[in-house]
Amino acid sequence: MAFVSSGYNPDKPMENRITDIGPQNYQNFLPPVIKNNYGKWLYHEILEPGVLMHKAESGDEVYTIRVGTARLMSVGLIREILDIADAHCDGYVRWTTRNNVEFILDSKDKVEPLKKDLEGRKFPGGSNKFPIGGTGASVPNVVHTQGWVHCHTPATDASGPVKALMDEFYSEFQSMELPAPIRLAVACCLNMCGACHCSDIAVVGIHRKPPLIDHEVLDDICEIPLAVASCPTAAIRPSKVEVNGKEKKTVAIKEERCMFCGNCYTMCAALPLADAEGDGCAIMVGGKVSNRISNPKFSKVVAAYVPNEPPRWPTLVQTIRKIVDAYKQDAKKYERIGDWAERIGWERFFEKTGLEFTEHLIDDFRDPAYYSWRQTTNFKW
Amino acid sequence: MAKHETPLLDELTKGPWPSFVDDIKQEAARRHENKDGVEYQIPEDVCDDLLGVLELSYKDKETHWKHGGIVGVFGYGGGVIGRYCDSPQQFPGVAHFHTVRVNHPSGKWYTTDYLRKLIDIWDMRGSGLTNMHGSTGDLVWLGTFTEQLEEIFYELTHNMETDLGGSGSNLRTPADCMGMSRCEYACYDTHALCYALTQEYQDELHRPAFPYKFKFKFDGCPNGCVASIARADMSFIGTWKDDIKIDQDAVKAYVGGELKPNAGAHASRDWGKFDIEEEVINRCPTNCMSWDGSKLTIDNSECYRCMHCINTMPRALRIGDERGASILCGAKAPILDGAQMSSLLVPFVPVEDPFDEVKEVIENIWDWWMEEGKNRERLGETMKRMGFQKLLEVTGTKADARHVQYPRENPYIFWKSEDVPGGFERDIQDFRSRHQR
Ligand code: HEM
Ligand code: HEM
Ligand code: HEM
Ligand code: HEM
Ligand code: SF4
Ligand code: SF4
Ligand code: SF4
Ligand code: SF4
Repeated sequence: MAFVSSGYNPDKPMENRITDIGPQNYQNFLPPVIKNNYGKWLYHEILEPGVLMHKAESGDEVYTIRVGTARLMSVGLIREILDIADAHCDGYVRWTTRNNVEFILDSKDKVEPLKKDLEGRKFPGGSNKFPIGGTGASVPNVVHTQGWVHCHTPATDASGPVKALMDEFYSEFQSMELPAPIRLAVACCLNMCGACHCSDIAVVGIHRKPPLIDHEVLDDICEIPLAVASCPTAAIRPSKVEVNGKEKKTVAIKEERCMFCGNCYTMCAALPLADAEGDGCAIMVGGKVSNRISNPKFSKVVAAYVPNEPPRWPTLVQTIRKIVDAYKQDAKKYERIGDWAERIGWERFFEKTGLEFTEHLIDDFRDPAYYSWRQTTNFKW
Repeated sequence: MAKHETPLLDELTKGPWPSFVDDIKQEAARRHENKDGVEYQIPEDVCDDLLGVLELSYKDKETHWKHGGIVGVFGYGGGVIGRYCDSPQQFPGVAHFHTVRVNHPSGKWYTTDYLRKLIDIWDMRGSGLTNMHGSTGDLVWLGTFTEQLEEIFYELTHNMETDLGGSGSNLRTPADCMGMSRCEYACYDTHALCYALTQEYQDELHRPAFPYKFKFKFDGCPNGCVASIARADMSFIGTWKDDIKIDQDAVKAYVGGELKPNAGAHASRDWGKFDIEEEVINRCPTNCMSWDGSKLTIDNSECYRCMHCINTMPRALRIGDERGASILCGAKAPILDGAQMSSLLVPFVPVEDPFDEVKEVIENIWDWWMEEGKNRERLGETMKRMGFQKLLEVTGTKADARHVQYPRENPYIFWKSEDVPGGFERDIQDFRSRHQR
């Protein structure tokens, strides 16, 4: 492992430094058929799950094959994608906003050969490298986060639960049999890096125990006022303790006011709170970002806690299966999960899904909580 | 023979969905084999050790990454997320495991030639593991050592003409939907605007000068394929002002069953024959459509452009010709004071190169928020604390009924002294001359 310089000179770091050039111009990467018909598209069709056709004013057609990915991927796998794109797509490829890969073809007869090629590729354990699907009223890819692979604040993993969920919903990924798309998201803590607060079904990692306080080092590694200001419920105040006979500046946490969000740990490394038995996932449903028919909606918490059960999170997956099945059976065409739940009423949602309603699901955060209670006699038995 | 036993993770190689575990294992094997004779600049067994530490987390059900880690490249205040393993003796290959955010091209379009050269750098100088892509949009390179950061940056800028993305309290990497490149609903050129603003505000992206992070996202229409309304402090969403274009023959073709509703999005299930009354007319949220058995009409003055009818009959209905974007502000995740979606600020702005009208709104907002925003306070929270009226004032926008979902329900109304005859300066003696104590 001999060091190989790139040309950078650590003795003169600012010499030859190029900055502020930004990303490459997208125009360098558009396939010719896209460039020629840019802004001149007439309509599109979904030919089958995972395969789209776009028609341009010029009469040109482009065919798109969408394939699922694990998002976390190696350069070896990316090279395989690039080789496929070289063989079938004249060296062009794109990724979607939900981390699927799209292969773009400029004629229909290229579709079947590419499909055949993609379908044959598998990992050693038997999973598909490039499953085709994710279009129309399906369960497309899960927007997710870092988890135990890279982040310091997670209450659950991301890649593992996503794999377990997509194995369960694989047939919904590969077909279009739902009333409307179900967008799934996973975030491993309340920072919700991604799309949890606005997805049809979302999994969010939560803690259930207050932070531990490392009094010995807290003042050395944290700015106490920042930690105090980081708490949404004002559970933290500055304080002093004696450690080994020496007085130390630190913080105190009122446990009955702490709801375990972990934001103080984000701000202060001396306040860790991860815990094997305490941590787990909350399940939220009913969010959407599109303006189609109804306005965008936040997702709502319908299960306050399911345990972390690596490696396959069976309780989590089965609970979500119940929600999807009830929705699939009951909702009208074009109804997103949130539209459905609001039409039938949340009391009916809990009945139909069989989920238990607990006190944890009632909002108690500041003034707006009141608006989520029921100020009407309109309810169903 | 793998370096660490991973019985729990091995369960995740089963099932049909692509297995990240098998992929990482293959990368580990590929590095050991090193067919191309790459001079790996970080430990050859980085992938083995990542699987090792992840297996440990699966056993312990707790993360094994230390808190934080401040690393980066000279000249910039962000772009790299530092990370150190909390069990480095056991897993030396991931003792350092920093991520590098690399700015992606708009729409995430690539040529294979460019992407191949790009990942060759990462193969040699990093773990060979990536996220394609981060939720903000960047190409996320997962795992390298501190000494490699400047080398990677030098190669990126000198050989690939590609820059880092954003992190920290600054403008993050902007992202957009595919817009005009492959969608007939695009009301403006999302790629052009995304690219132009990313270039315009490079300084704000690379050198944190804000109270907190700030994100732009660009959706070509209200369908929101990049989810800007939920995931960007400033959301730019395409729209139109004139009439929806109707092709009556195509409408008949939908009614007659020659064309599939919603482009075939529900094809795997039998929903019965397309019923234009039930599926379009009665679902229109503003009730502004009618169908007399042979002709579809839309009262466009009452349409709020939700996209439903266009989505359902894309060959018969098209967006209008007077196009631009709405600007909405303030979306954020829950921390600290609750999740927000963006709120409508500018109902319509033309989007034409050089995008001066758009830039003016952005810069007015920044001038205000950079001055008034508290430490770690998102724009959405500043708006809540100081009031939507303040946002109108600093952007020179006149209040309009479109700015609210409904008018206020409490009468706790502020007035400015200058707006009330006589002002606030009053004399108690004068009051007493009329009203005895
Ligand atoms: C006690 C010291 C620390 C404080 C006060 C602190 C503060 C913060 C803040 C304010 C954020 C949110 C930043 C943002 O939204 O962009 C953040 C996130 C983060 N922190 Fe810490 N941090 C500390 C320690 C660290 C250290 C030393 C690192 C080293 C890199 C770190 C790693 C991160 C990372 C990777 C993020 C995510 C950044 C992003 O989202 O772009 N933390 N931390
Ligand atoms: C502390 C460690 C953290 C890590 C490792 C982390 C990691 C990440 C990563 C990798 C992304 C995608 C970035 C990209 O594509 O460029 C991201 C996005 C995001 N982060 Fe974090 N983050 C951290 C802290 C935070 C904090 C403190 C917050 C909020 C309080 C936060 C909120 C978000 C949100 C909302 C997004 C998604 C934005 C979007 O949809 O575009 N993160 N984070
Ligand atoms: C020509 C029509 C359209 C094109 C070209 C298009 C393109 C895309 C693409 C490529 C994605 C990423 C898909 C994935 O990775 O699974 C996407 C996501 C999305 N699309 Fe579309 N789309 C179109 C129509 C629609 C319609 C009709 C709706 C809503 C009714 C819609 C709403 C969305 C939303 C909400 C997302 C996901 C955003 C997120 O949660 O991350 N799009 N779109
Ligand atoms: C000297 C001061 C006040 C006087 C003389 C006064 C007098 C009255 C009277 C005579 C009624 C009708 C009662 C009835 O129908 O039986 C009434 C109702 C009401 N007052 Fe006052 N009031 C005073 C102060 C206030 C204040 C300070 C508030 C609120 C902060 C208030 C809120 C109301 C409300 C909400 C009602 C309607 C109650 C209902 O819904 O039945 N009043 N007041
Ligand atoms: S959601 Fe939380 S734990 Fe997951 S990557 Fe984001 S900050 Fe880290
Ligand atoms: S975990 Fe959250 S609620 Fe609890 S003390 Fe920390 S910041 Fe406050
Ligand atoms: S947001 Fe609208 S314009 Fe952009 S890709 Fe989606 S449907 Fe098309
Ligand atoms: S876009 Fe929406 S509101 Fe407008 S006519 Fe169509 S369905 Fe009705």
